Amino acid sequence: MPEFVLTVARFGFLILLWIFVFTVVGVIRRDLFAGVRSKSIVASPRGVGGAVPEGRPAKAKRGKAARQLVVTAGQLSGTRITLSEAPITIGRAEDSTLVITDDFASARHARLVPRDGQWFVEDLGSTNGTYLDRGKVSGPTPVPLGVPIRIGRTSLELRP
Amino acid sequence: MKTQRNAELGLLAFAMVLVAAYGATVEAGRIGEITPTFWVPAALLSVLFLGLHFVVRYTAPYADPVLIPAVALINGLGVGFLRRLDIGDALSEKEPIPGVFSGIGGRQLAWTLIALILAAILLLVVRDHKVVSRYAYTLGLTGIVLVMIPAVLPASISEVNGAKLWIRLGSFSIQPGEFAKIALVSFFAYYLVRKREVLSLASRRVLGIDFPRGRDLGPVVTVWLLSLLVLVFEKDLGTALLYFGLFIVTLYVATERASWLIIGLLLFFGGVYVAYLLGASVGGPFANFYDRAQVWLNPFDNENYERLGGSYQLVQGLLSLGTGGLFGSGPGGGSPRFVPEVQNDFIFAGMGEEIGLFGLSALLVLYLLIVERGLRSALAVRDSFGKLVAGGLSFTLGLQIFVILGGITGLIPLTGQTTPFLSSGGSSLMANWLLIAMLLRISNAARGPAASGGGTDRAGGPGKKAPAQLHGAMTEVIKP
Repeated sequence: MPEFVLTVARFGFLILLWIFVFTVVGVIRRDLFAGVRSKSIVASPRGVGGAVPEGRPAKAKRGKAARQLVVTAGQLSGTRITLSEAPITIGRAEDSTLVITDDFASARHARLVPRDGQWFVEDLGSTNGTYLDRGKVSGPTPVPLGVPIRIGRTSLELRP
Repeated sequence: MKTQRNAELGLLAFAMVLVAAYGATVEAGRIGEITPTFWVPAALLSVLFLGLHFVVRYTAPYADPVLIPAVALINGLGVGFLRRLDIGDALSEKEPIPGVFSGIGGRQLAWTLIALILAAILLLVVRDHKVVSRYAYTLGLTGIVLVMIPAVLPASISEVNGAKLWIRLGSFSIQPGEFAKIALVSFFAYYLVRKREVLSLASRRVLGIDFPRGRDLGPVVTVWLLSLLVLVFEKDLGTALLYFGLFIVTLYVATERASWLIIGLLLFFGGVYVAYLLGASVGGPFANFYDRAQVWLNPFDNENYERLGGSYQLVQGLLSLGTGGLFGSGPGGGSPRFVPEVQNDFIFAGMGEEIGLFGLSALLVLYLLIVERGLRSALAVRDSFGKLVAGGLSFTLGLQIFVILGGITGLIPLTGQTTPFLSSGGSSLMANWLLIAMLLRISNAARGPAASGGGTDRAGGPGKKAPAQLHGAMTEVIKP
């Protein structure tokens, strides 16, 4: 076996090994960003959409997808949850998406469900009720961006 | 979320091409020609992994796509390297080139077959990882018994190279500790899911760190004593570190308290240091540990080098790695047989000589990615038990790699751990493939849609349906 072939085989193997590593990383990358990529196509630029004046539950605006659920008041203030297609449950129960330890919250208090790009809040029969801004939520109610959902002492908002 | 099974198949094919290429390069470098049967091990492995792939396709369709190909590549390269040792031995003895199924390479192929069958059985039997928690106490007891067996057996049966970790029956030997780690992780996870509240809430604040109450320390101290006993009676620092680290990290994951890590590290280093001092002054059961520490501290010391059971092996391993340099001497181009036990503990040194730092770091990145995928599943899975099991198993795998690599490179005292998936030996291969099967099962639950909802949605008002599935949403555990 000529020396040249050996050298090529030797380095070729090392290069192939690294190509494999990067292919694996590529698969992981695609896996991680699979959901995010598709969402960023529909989302409007930051700062343009979310300026619904507080205190006035505006009509649901289409085309401005909410991307984050932000806790604005209460013990968890400052927490952000990145939204996907999946519903979000809120309550004291351990398996809720957002576990709040608020004295006025029920184990399964409320949930947020996406329908055709619009998020709806729904009370799950909580003791103290869920409020969208000032109004009590009785059935599934569309949640505009920037309007506070109040659960006990906790306030949540959708942000673009 | 997509199942990504086809990506897995593609990666698997790529991995097997690499294994075949490695086999060919080895033969070209060692024998000087490529024999017509060079592709047989790679082809056999491909069939085996393809079998596992199809089992996963039908029983865990959403499982992580990266785990199997990455592990398959490492396993395949291990088989290739062991076959390379067989070829080298035969050449130096002036014997004909051994067949594919003979020697340690052939034996490793057989072990891979058995390990994959076990992994497939685990995937077929355990359809939901939560089922495992029902047998938690049984598993915990099994784990402790498995750890303790070699310690109580007479040295003639259980001792290999100064470490009592084995059960040897004739030519057949197993290392029960390898299996114990999976059982122990499951038990710890179950125990901590039940106790996490107490452990994380009841605490006293000292110097800005929350320390748990004294009585809650009970189980930690028990495990600490257990691992120290392992250290003393089985004379193996690596295994002790493995069990103790495993418990501390599971505890940390369960409670999110950094104080556990601090307590754990202090206890461990304290214990090791005391053992070292005792070894220096008292000797007895601690002497072996003291010797190993001496070998680690002064490997190039002439007295250590000449002594039986001294630093000869470590020094040869270091020289191997140094000879390899950046790019290595090429597969088949080194002389790994200078390193004692190059097929077991020192396989990384042997491979390092031939594929160099460049190749070794690729292998290390692969290990890193395997551990990362395991931790990712732990983050994404919905139930606490699954989180702790996946986190614990991935961490154990990572820690084991750290312990053996740290030993070979002289970072920590050398202890007899196997390199997962690479070293020759059935127990290690079987146990680690079982571990991967468990991770696959949990990642399937983490990435896939759920078969059933929360189950406890009685709180929903009249006329309300149970909330839709939450699967696919990343859990973000939020503490006040």
